[in-house]
Amino acid sequence: VLFSPAQKNHPPARVVVTGAGVVTAFGAGWKTNADGFRAGKTAFRPVTLFDVSRQRTKIAAEVDLPESLPPTSLSAKTQSRLNRAAKMLLLAAHEAWTQSGWEGGENLPVVLGTTSGEMTLGQEYLRQAIDSPRQLKRQATRVAFYQVQRQGLDLCDAFHFQGPVTVIANACASGANAIGHAWETVRNGSAPKVLVGGYDALCHLTFAGFDSLQALAPTPCRPFDAERNGLSLGEGAAVLTLETLESAQARNAEILGEIAGYGAATDVHHLTQPHPEGNAALAAMNAACASAGVTPEQIDYINAHGTATPQNDATEAIAINRWAGAYAKNLSVSSTKAGIGHLLGAAGAVEAVVCLMVLRGQWLPPEIGVNRIDPACQFPVVREATDKKIEYALSNSFGFGGANASLIFRRWS
Amino acid sequence: MSRVFVHGLGAVSPAGWGVSPLSEALKQGEPLPTQVLPRPGWEKPLRIRVVPASPTRPAFLAHPRLRRAGAMAQHTVAAALEALGTDAARVQSGELRLGVIVCMMAGGVTYSRRFYEEVLRDPAMASPLIFPETVFNAPASHLSAYLNSPTVNYTLVGDDGMFLQGVALAANWLACGRADACLVVGTEETDWIVADAVRLFRRDTIYTGGAGALYLKSTPNGAMDSPASELAMVTDSFSYTQKQGRADAANKMRAQLPVAAANELICDSTGEGLEHHHGVGQRLTPKAVLGEAFVASAAWQCVAACDLLRRNEFTAANVNTMGANQQAVGARFVSARFIGKPL
Repeated sequence: VLFSPAQKNHPPARVVVTGAGVVTAFGAGWKTNADGFRAGKTAFRPVTLFDVSRQRTKIAAEVDLPESLPPTSLSAKTQSRLNRAAKMLLLAAHEAWTQSGWEGGENLPVVLGTTSGEMTLGQEYLRQAIDSPRQLKRQATRVAFYQVQRQGLDLCDAFHFQGPVTVIANACASGANAIGHAWETVRNGSAPKVLVGGYDALCHLTFAGFDSLQALAPTPCRPFDAERNGLSLGEGAAVLTLETLESAQARNAEILGEIAGYGAATDVHHLTQPHPEGNAALAAMNAACASAGVTPEQIDYINAHGTATPQNDATEAIAINRWAGAYAKNLSVSSTKAGIGHLLGAAGAVEAVVCLMVLRGQWLPPEIGVNRIDPACQFPVVREATDKKIEYALSNSFGFGGANASLIFRRWS
Repeated sequence: MSRVFVHGLGAVSPAGWGVSPLSEALKQGEPLPTQVLPRPGWEKPLRIRVVPASPTRPAFLAHPRLRRAGAMAQHTVAAALEALGTDAARVQSGELRLGVIVCMMAGGVTYSRRFYEEVLRDPAMASPLIFPETVFNAPASHLSAYLNSPTVNYTLVGDDGMFLQGVALAANWLACGRADACLVVGTEETDWIVADAVRLFRRDTIYTGGAGALYLKSTPNGAMDSPASELAMVTDSFSYTQKQGRADAANKMRAQLPVAAANELICDSTGEGLEHHHGVGQRLTPKAVLGEAFVASAAWQCVAACDLLRRNEFTAANVNTMGANQQAVGARFVSARFIGKPL
């Protein structure tokens, strides 16, 4: 059951990742993405998915979807109804599931983070409801497949899971909160395994929304650059299979890394703007360290939220400075949004996979396009491909509504 | 796992603002009157139940965050504050760490529709004031801002059953010490676009909106308040999948709940499948009176059940939630009179 007072409190279990799948504008799959991040590639191009002729910004990091989806138990009819977000999620889940070596998933919990699910279908529904109110063709299907729980249930049907589907929609921290929630679920003994991920597809509503806020950069984003001028949007998905260390070792599974800590806090300053001193970001990083039992001096790399908006990066820099103190100068920090854009609800999940890549490969993902580092950064921003010994990596995700989340990953050797 | 007690209830519904009008409407048992909602482009309007205006302007609307907030955020905050009672001040002063979980299915559709209509007209002129309010977690954010609460805050999206998933999550947060107390709110708002979508699936359904809230703590005794009831269990969430249909999910959910005795309440969402099940307890179906409000409906089920337990009308209540399109989840609450005794 989900709750019973009779349930025993378990000593916290160590939680490891045994499967990871990722889809970004770099392509689908671990290797393609690892090559892209390690080289500091960028994947921005003119938007083709919808009309941006009236927007200030005309670029984004679009995903080229493969012509066919991997074989699963989804019927051909259901597959034909999947849209971009669901397809990316399915691709990532298939890679993670295959890599994990898991078999069967009768009661496997599925935890997902997203901001808008299959919003493109919602847009199509609304457009037809306004333009042709008597035309009902496909409207019921759009409603059904637009809803975020549908994408979770599609995963259940694809892989024969029947456990609970939980969708966390904490804006741009959704993916990180989903992983944090899944980590807590395994750690406290509520479930031995969880499939968790984040996903979001580009859609006109969101693009126009960020454009209306004048948050989008007309050129590829440059996180922590002194002359940064806004964020770039992207799309993608990442899925992780989490299980107890005991379970992974019992079946001799390949371990990609350990999730060591998680912290979350709420910034009540403003709906869309962070507190100028980064209080909630600091609280999330501190909470993540406390749960991992580490100090800032043990963190080797930070995958920053780093959207490249003037306010976010300034605030995050202050928060990191406050959190690390004198140690800040020894940190390595970068934002991989410089390569694939801001993936919103997928960002935290994709950046978790980046941290696993970094820990496995012992390299740092650079931001090649950054010219002059914002003097607010008392830490080095990685600007060229570098190898480094990394034991712990921390990933920050911050979102509208003041959702702040930090995850800490540990190398598995 | 620690024990979890319901310390406060809150509701905004088509019956009015507060738990009292909700309970009174359910006691009467008559479906509330419906109103017409114009459906643009179609001469035949939709029939819905609207939340009446608050008899007095809520003081919280003076807060800068809530001046522009839509009905959903207003109902969320109103239900939350009613549930919190005097503890709201303790949260605002930083004395109490409050975990906030806001659950919904349709989300802030009115602002989303308005914003996308602006995008369709001219994306270059779409309002930057509206866009942030379209985000699922805007109501939860406004609530934490009003309470000045930096503690963890989640927005969960799914069908009716997500409210009980939220209750279980709150229980976990209390058990692991992430928060001193938790507020779980189920909320939805009325808009023609949702009422129109509901009509595609269930033509006779009357859509409505509002919010319901449970205030949970892991201790039974407070200086100023006493718990209404204790959370005895939340069943598993049984997803509706190809291998596990609605009826199967419902049966599995009900099989995890104890059979309701004669002095116990069965508070169900649709009555679906109950003819074969489940004990001799008295039945209450809030949707039959209030209408369909997805996650808010599930919240009202819990609020109504706990209110009846608070008034000693039953010794325990089983809440059966058959969600619209995702899951079957159940919960059991026991009366405060039995707190301290084995469940």
